[in-house]
Amino acid sequence: MNHSVASRAPTREGFVAHVGRRSLEAGRALADIGTWLPLLMGQMVRLGVDSVPIALFIAVFTGIVLSLLSSYIFTGTVPLYFVGALVGKTIMMELGPVLTGMALAGRVGASIAAELGTMKVTEQVDALETLAYDRYAYLVVPRVLAATLMFPVVTAFAVAVGVASGWITAINLLDLSSTEFLKGLKQFYQFKDLWFGLVKSASFGGAVALMGCLRGLSAQGGAEGVGQATTRAVVLGCEAILVLDAFWALVLL
Amino acid sequence: MILLDNLTKTFGPRTILSGVSLEVPDGQNTVIIGASGAGKSVTLKLIVGLIEPDGGRVLVDDEVVHDLARDELAALRGRIGYVFQFAALFDSLTVAENIRLGLVKRGYDAGVIRERIEESLAVVDLSGTEDKLPAELSGGMRKRVGIARAIALKPRYILYDEPTTGLDPITATVMDRLIIRTRDLGVTGLVVTHDMRSAFSVGDRVAMLYQGAIRQVGTVDEIQASDDPVVRQFIEGRPGPELVEPVARRSVG
Repeated sequence: MNHSVASRAPTREGFVAHVGRRSLEAGRALADIGTWLPLLMGQMVRLGVDSVPIALFIAVFTGIVLSLLSSYIFTGTVPLYFVGALVGKTIMMELGPVLTGMALAGRVGASIAAELGTMKVTEQVDALETLAYDRYAYLVVPRVLAATLMFPVVTAFAVAVGVASGWITAINLLDLSSTEFLKGLKQFYQFKDLWFGLVKSASFGGAVALMGCLRGLSAQGGAEGVGQATTRAVVLGCEAILVLDAFWALVLL
Repeated sequence: MILLDNLTKTFGPRTILSGVSLEVPDGQNTVIIGASGAGKSVTLKLIVGLIEPDGGRVLVDDEVVHDLARDELAALRGRIGYVFQFAALFDSLTVAENIRLGLVKRGYDAGVIRERIEESLAVVDLSGTEDKLPAELSGGMRKRVGIARAIALKPRYILYDEPTTGLDPITATVMDRLIIRTRDLGVTGLVVTHDMRSAFSVGDRVAMLYQGAIRQVGTVDEIQASDDPVVRQFIEGRPGPELVEPVARRSVG
């Protein structure tokens, strides 16, 4: 059983070609608006709104740690109001989008791969096709679009909460006033800090959802195959986030 | 009319079909019998274009299925109902929503959709189950919902994949009656099964698939009176070297 499933699994090179082919099909499915549009809102709620708690949980603790860490680094060398600058810049441009993306790669990527994988091995995807639906228009496009649209929204909340938690930590646990923290935050803030993070997170959302969809639709061999597809979707989603993170840094900074 | 013309299909080293030719006349139930793994379900999937043949052609209403563009294939699938072995109901949708899905795709208005759902559930004696989820239904009820989903579209053809597998004798008889009733409504049926009682009950014609090709085709009486030792062995259910793992012995490479 183990061998049979493994032997059918595509190689990494084969998977790249597979991703390209399937991405083209998903692109063509975009034209089938009547199929995916009614499903979009439900997916936005499921993939976005339902992910807010985990994103905020991570953001709170990231803000706390970043505030304490920057204080530890700056004390005695750099004025402490720079804590506000470091917390703000780092959370907006890097930690907010990347940590939220990673968390959602686990939650959203795994959820999509498991759902579509189960549909694949139980012939529900075939059933969809026999009802004259395009599987990419019905299953892939609404999920990828929803994640692309909602990851930035969730990230924006996470950034706000992360900065706020860093601020609260600074004024309560560090020898820093609110005025000083905000001085640091404002002094180095550029609008680009925010949109850079949000653009990145949109691309993370699209990539995570696409990996989840493609791995799910490639699942074979029953429960074991679905498990493998889910694991691969999460790993590939995380890898895609790191690659895209470097890409955007090279292109936009 | 459905016509299979010298179909061949391999999966990796396994040759599943090696020259299947069969005519499925209109207005009749044609049954394909054969051992597990003989390629019966593959044949059905070739007919609706879920998989492509390596050689040969499938013609439905004089159209070569695998030459059709995506939109033409979707239109063709609108004329073919497919009842899956394990029903393949969408498990997150209710019974009514499962049936509704195909009707929505065809653009019917809400009133017609409601009527069709009620009618089709009445035909399979499942009125009142509209709001149930598939998980709340027995295996036999799920298969009947699968038939309701197919007949709601008023197809010209229905393909049944092992419709009585896993059912108790009474439920299996109910399924057989449904298949006959559907034929009497003017729908051409193609049933694949290894349940001989069911095959002889619902079939107007029976074809035996053996080692990738049609071994014999004829009326129920002709098959029951066959003097072909392979056919006799299969319909009598006698174990023997001829039928044991035919696919494994045909493996190449």
